[in-house]
Amino acid sequence: MPAFEYAPAPESRSIVDIRSSYGLFINGTFVDTSSGGSRKTVNPATEEVLAEVAEAGEADVDAAVGAARHGYENVWGPMRGADRAKYLYRLARIVQERARELAVLESIDNGKPIRESRDVDIPLVAAHFFYYAGWADKLQHAGFGAIPRPIGVAGQVIPWNFPLLMLAWKIAPALAAGNTVVLKPAETTPLTALAFADICQQADLPPGVVNIITGGGETGRLLVEHPDVDKVAFTGSTEVGRAIAKSIAGTKKRLTLELGGKAANIVFDDAPIDQAVEGIVNGIFFNQGHVCCAGSRLLVQESIAEPLLARLKHRMATLRVGDPLDKNTDIGAINSAAQLERIRELSAAGESEGADRWSPPCELPDRGFWFAPTLFTGVSQAHRIAREEIFGPVLSVLTFRTPAEAVEKANNSPYGLSAGVWTDKGSRILAIADQLRAGVVWANTFNKFDPSSPFGGYKESGYGREGGRHGLEAYLAH
Amino acid sequence: MPTNPRRASPPATPPTATSRPAAGAVQQATTSRVGVRKTYKLFVGGAFPRSESGRSYAVSSAAGDFLANAALASRKDVRDAVKAARAAVSPWAGATAYNRGQILYRIAEMLEGRRAQFADEVRAGEGLGKSAAETAVDAAIDRWIWYAGWSDKVAQIYGNANPVAGPFFNLTTPEPTGVVGVVAPAESSLLGLVSVIAPVIVTGNTSVVLASETRPLPSITLAEVLATSDLPGGVVNLLTGRVAETGPWLASHMDVNAIDLGGVADPALGTQMEVAAAENLKRVIRPRGGEDWSAEPGLDRLLAFLEPKTVWHPKGL
Repeated sequence: MPAFEYAPAPESRSIVDIRSSYGLFINGTFVDTSSGGSRKTVNPATEEVLAEVAEAGEADVDAAVGAARHGYENVWGPMRGADRAKYLYRLARIVQERARELAVLESIDNGKPIRESRDVDIPLVAAHFFYYAGWADKLQHAGFGAIPRPIGVAGQVIPWNFPLLMLAWKIAPALAAGNTVVLKPAETTPLTALAFADICQQADLPPGVVNIITGGGETGRLLVEHPDVDKVAFTGSTEVGRAIAKSIAGTKKRLTLELGGKAANIVFDDAPIDQAVEGIVNGIFFNQGHVCCAGSRLLVQESIAEPLLARLKHRMATLRVGDPLDKNTDIGAINSAAQLERIRELSAAGESEGADRWSPPCELPDRGFWFAPTLFTGVSQAHRIAREEIFGPVLSVLTFRTPAEAVEKANNSPYGLSAGVWTDKGSRILAIADQLRAGVVWANTFNKFDPSSPFGGYKESGYGREGGRHGLEAYLAH
Repeated sequence: MPTNPRRASPPATPPTATSRPAAGAVQQATTSRVGVRKTYKLFVGGAFPRSESGRSYAVSSAAGDFLANAALASRKDVRDAVKAARAAVSPWAGATAYNRGQILYRIAEMLEGRRAQFADEVRAGEGLGKSAAETAVDAAIDRWIWYAGWSDKVAQIYGNANPVAGPFFNLTTPEPTGVVGVVAPAESSLLGLVSVIAPVIVTGNTSVVLASETRPLPSITLAEVLATSDLPGGVVNLLTGRVAETGPWLASHMDVNAIDLGGVADPALGTQMEVAAAENLKRVIRPRGGEDWSAEPGLDRLLAFLEPKTVWHPKGL
């Protein structure tokens, strides 16, 4: 097949206006930190410093929680649901209006391809606010009691892989249910959350309803452990989730956790192979593999392993790695030097433990954080690359002979966030889906998300659901 | 079913309000026959073993009279019980909801037949009057029936068809979380016990239950009911003993998926167990004081140990 060269097709970044420094968004305005600390956020594709961002300390967290408490008790809690709904609809509309700006900003700060931030992240953000806006005045019909009440002040800590989307997953249901929030974005990707603060101002959202505080792990800990926080929601690593669950033991705080995963993507011998290959690629290389529900373990039926892998390699060779702002880019930059180091370390472990490593020929840019799409074959269940979450574009391939073996291997993990199954046989899909211990099962598709569809894990992938009617439960008192 | 040493005869009539010597002696004095007392053991995997530790502890009535020696469960008993509970998950979760509902209803039938025996035991242990004890037993029987009916309805009220923005079938269905540890209420030895076991198992979970430490006898008699109700062995495992001793082992066991700490009275112990439970991210019901077991239960306990699973499939020709 002839290889066509693509001309560069960069999205203009002139649409975004990044300030040189950002304060904290507390009680409706941007304020300086009282501690005076700050950290830099960089463009992972170039290592260029984008902005100085405030590091919230104890007094700042206290101020933010205090503003949220005041907003809850005086404005947002007593407000009619129909009015809360209108504010949420406003937020959804402004996100749509500023969609291109937000997509470019997200790609610059996170490193993800503009094709994904433009077509997946930002549209889903708007959809999420739109969906939960409609619940705000219908909570008594949600099935969580006849007189559902909000919980109070929610402390929310989100990761760097889908910065604005995770913000939407957290803030939209919380506000719809009548809670107020203090949200801490990840330290490497604060910019879209700060842009969202600006959107809250444009929407005339009452002060204190949404507070955005930036900082690292210590800021997150201060927020989660603040005594006046009633509800904690965290998305991130299982290790941190476990520490949070311990830290709030013995309190009255409610907790939901959306943690790591090591999803099995099971391909049977009767699967539509071309679709399956697309699904495998989407499953592991979407967002550079920085996806908690990524299909990072490919379980392929032994009889088709050889032809399937040949096609998969062929497809992987067409993936374009590079400038996140180029509209043709499939795989962008790894989010940070630290994450790149972890991916390298686990990949090295894969080799040293005896698995076979393969990547297509792939030229990587000189500056920035990059990792070529990578495939490991000859992987055993004992290998670290089959057990640990890599959170990068690295796929571990295992084989199976019978459906029972596939289920056994798929479930052989402390995680249970998602799974995939590919087969043309309907009854097999339903039977396998029943047996998989995972909160989301994609059959003949992968990595699909929708605000009306609950998302969340079994086992050590956390508890509680985000999205859909179930997503309200985490923000209602009962 | 396992070969249980089934205890068909009721225990000696419990003492009313007199001091020692208790039951046996009273009966001996008024009849020529010497009563056959019951040995209260553990209930694990459908069988009635003694504690592997060989330990027991004296259980007294509310009035302070000796009632029986109950088994004092050990760490190994906790592990054996978890193993039995894990083995029972697949068949029990895989049973149809209709089947599980009928078995819970069957438990109510069996309990009804032994109403008087339970009333005596509850009366002795909790120090209630006759009619209050009977009311508690009746409520316990009715509670099984209330939960039995939920078996094939909970997915209909907690599941969902989701209208996603694309050509996909998308359905959310609740599934059992797996093995659930339960610390039973200390005070309400039968009604409270039933109120925490039934919501766990009706949806397909299996359980390891730490019975009331001071009032454990009705739990083992309940085990006799469970053992004769077609409930598969291992779905409910009952351990008697010191909650402060067995509780932390249960809470830290890595093959337990969730834990109901509702019956933990000591706040420090509750916090310790919650911290231990976080190690493998168990779903936790925190200690709650002062629950009114006579009121109709809400859905909290029923929904707390369910995992909503969402399945997507494309639509296409």
